[in-house]
Amino acid sequence: MSLAWIMALLLLAPLVAASLAFALPAAGRWLALATAAAVSFAVVRLAALVLDGGVQVHRVGGWAAPLGIDLRADGLAVLMLAVAAIIGGVVTLYAPAYLANSLATRGERDRFWPPFLMLWTALDALFLSADIFNLYVTLELLALAAVSLVALAGKRAALEAAMRYLFVSLSASLLYLLGVGLVYGECGTLDLSLLAVRSGPGPAMWVAAALMSGGLLAKAALFPMHFWLPPAHANAPAPVSALLSSLVVKGGFYILLRLWFEGLSGLLTPAAAQLFGVLGAAAILWGSLNALFAPRLKILVAYSTVAQLGYLFLLIPLAAGTTDGFTAWSGGLIFLAAHACAKTAMFLSAGNMLHAVGGDRIRDLDGVTHVLPLSAFTFGLSGMSLVGLPPSGGFAGKWLLLGAAIARGQWWWVATLLGGSLLAAAYVIRVLFHAFTRVAAPARSRPVPPVMEWTALALSVLAAGLGFTARGSATLLRVGAPWPSAGAGRA
Amino acid sequence: MPEANLSLYLLAGPILFAIGFYSLLVQRHVLRRIMALNVMGVGVFLLFATLAARADAATDPVPHAMVLTGIVVSVCATGLALALAHRLEAAEEDRADGGEAKR
Amino acid sequence: MSARTKAGRVAIGALSLGLLGTLVWAVLALPRGPSELAGRAIRRLPESGVTNPVTAVLLNYRAYDTLLELAVLLLAVAGVWALRRGDWPPGDLRGRPLVLSLLRFVLPVLMLTAGYLLWIGAFAPGGAFQGGAMLGGAAVLVLLAGMAGGARRHTGVLRAGLALGVLVFAGAAVAAAALTGEILRFPTGDAGLWILGIEAAALVSIGLTLGALYLGGRPGAEDDAGG
Repeated sequence: MSLAWIMALLLLAPLVAASLAFALPAAGRWLALATAAAVSFAVVRLAALVLDGGVQVHRVGGWAAPLGIDLRADGLAVLMLAVAAIIGGVVTLYAPAYLANSLATRGERDRFWPPFLMLWTALDALFLSADIFNLYVTLELLALAAVSLVALAGKRAALEAAMRYLFVSLSASLLYLLGVGLVYGECGTLDLSLLAVRSGPGPAMWVAAALMSGGLLAKAALFPMHFWLPPAHANAPAPVSALLSSLVVKGGFYILLRLWFEGLSGLLTPAAAQLFGVLGAAAILWGSLNALFAPRLKILVAYSTVAQLGYLFLLIPLAAGTTDGFTAWSGGLIFLAAHACAKTAMFLSAGNMLHAVGGDRIRDLDGVTHVLPLSAFTFGLSGMSLVGLPPSGGFAGKWLLLGAAIARGQWWWVATLLGGSLLAAAYVIRVLFHAFTRVAAPARSRPVPPVMEWTALALSVLAAGLGFTARGSATLLRVGAPWPSAGAGRA
Repeated sequence: MPEANLSLYLLAGPILFAIGFYSLLVQRHVLRRIMALNVMGVGVFLLFATLAARADAATDPVPHAMVLTGIVVSVCATGLALALAHRLEAAEEDRADGGEAKR
Repeated sequence: MSARTKAGRVAIGALSLGLLGTLVWAVLALPRGPSELAGRAIRRLPESGVTNPVTAVLLNYRAYDTLLELAVLLLAVAGVWALRRGDWPPGDLRGRPLVLSLLRFVLPVLMLTAGYLLWIGAFAPGGAFQGGAMLGGAAVLVLLAGMAGGARRHTGVLRAGLALGVLVFAGAAVAAAALTGEILRFPTGDAGLWILGIEAAALVSIGLTLGALYLGGRPGAEDDAGG
């Protein structure tokens, strides 16, 4: 299958499905299932192409950059697309039962699918794009879809969170766009690989880099621009929270990596890299502490996301400015994939448990294992990956990051990584303590459809075993990675 | 375009952006904050249009196309923000009336 | 997320001034000459199928951006419809002869102008978005006059019209890939026709989208139970 058709499937299948789901609301979940199948197939083919043939470039419209827009698939893009396909597929399976349980009318349930499929389109488009303006459009598509999904819950808290999320997201996009304008004004191109060659230090480029980073950091919810995340992720419907934590925030982070390690790699000073790391460490600390003391379960899981996102940013100081930062690079990205799976499983199982007991406080979870042993186990298994116990993906990622930190003598990151794991263990155990206490079953409980429990469990098992795929993932990530570099950090 | 004019136009975009930025953070009414976002957007678009006008003969069509796309995206975002603001207001009124939030 | 105290406002004011200063510093350092991309875009105009450079960029060189943009339009309507029921303007102006005669004149002119803008976009400033904006204006007039009951009754058709732009564009992308091997690469020589076709569908969708955003919610004939 040629690259053009693979790209068409990845980008156009979700888009067409979304449009049809809007035109024919009743067909929503079937369109989503078809999309999941089509996209999964395309990702597998793309992975094969990339592993065999190296970085794949598709010129949309037949015009070479800088005139046209390039779609570029390297190992990193394939990994992100695969994660999106897995999470998207799981949500597609989980959502119908969840929506039937939480939204009263058929009409309301049908309204989930168009924004969900648009979200998927936006993610695929984002991961494949090599053009900074095109990335702006994908970011906007992503943001509007995410906001629509958060607001689906209908409760006042969800609406307020959605409004705040929308304002933050839109202003962040404008900051990013302003940066794009400065970049175009200075370099005359919007293509990432051309920028790698043409960009150089100067007032316009520094300010552009700062603006774009500022916007992307807000979208990626890095401390201190994380404030919008806990209310949004906590009040959204469970599958939406999962999508937000596992994929949407990673979009901003992904673009940040592309900018700093590809397009603007000449501008990444050690000071800037350490700054990202410091903010990441602050995120780990702040997020974990808040998770430890959060009264409501979903707030705990949301703050856990804030903390885990901090780990991702640690990869920047560990990978920057060396001749081979691949260890840190692959570690951070494997951690990203593992977090996506684990956090999704965690939100889904949390959703199950909360639905069963009818409350949303952690105290309400006392004894929930009597009624929902699977979901409680899922929560624990996902927690294992978040803490970083072997053989989970979280362990593999942290292990690589630790190795990079030790190799570079940056001991303060070692302490951060280890401390973060301890804190994560603390807040995970906190929930498990309530779930597994020896009290009798909770006073009242509602049944939870099996599919909701089994999909979450399957995903948490995947996250727990992801460590075994670390070598394969690393091989994949090697394709098109910024190392070995020729010159200013480009491949 | 004469040098002096170009500088003036180049400054206009950032000035609008800064005004919008300030208003976004300072204003409390949601409608004003939506308008502040639009002003920020216009500032960015003005910068793009000025970049297009740097050419002596024909104008650079790429920034123009970007502005067109940006305007459309901005309208969509504004539309969604307004609907969300409406919905929130309705929820507040229902709360004040003592009822549950309804559509 | 707003400043309530004077001190807060002063701090934000200082931050904004700092931002402005930084931007001014950056912007004045930009090169004063055109980017070489401008020349390239204009040089390759004959291959693009149109003679208006902006349309060439929007619908050919960077047509992928425009495709995503149409997706954003559809998503906005989907999001707005999911949020609330639309606000139908009260009143029905069908009994007011002066307004009726005005509409009888203005609406056809608007639609004709929209079609003209669509056509002329290949050669002069214009195109699907500009024409769509005209149609959006016409939609607003119809809504205000209380004559948009058709939208309430035939919501399925409305949905189809809203989705049409994206579907036709995506279909063209796939068809182009089948013919030339690259997504959205129009066969040489016919590019102008392909662009016109895509823009025609987009025109309808954009006009309907703007009208739907003005309405601000679901048209409401469909019961919540039916969807």
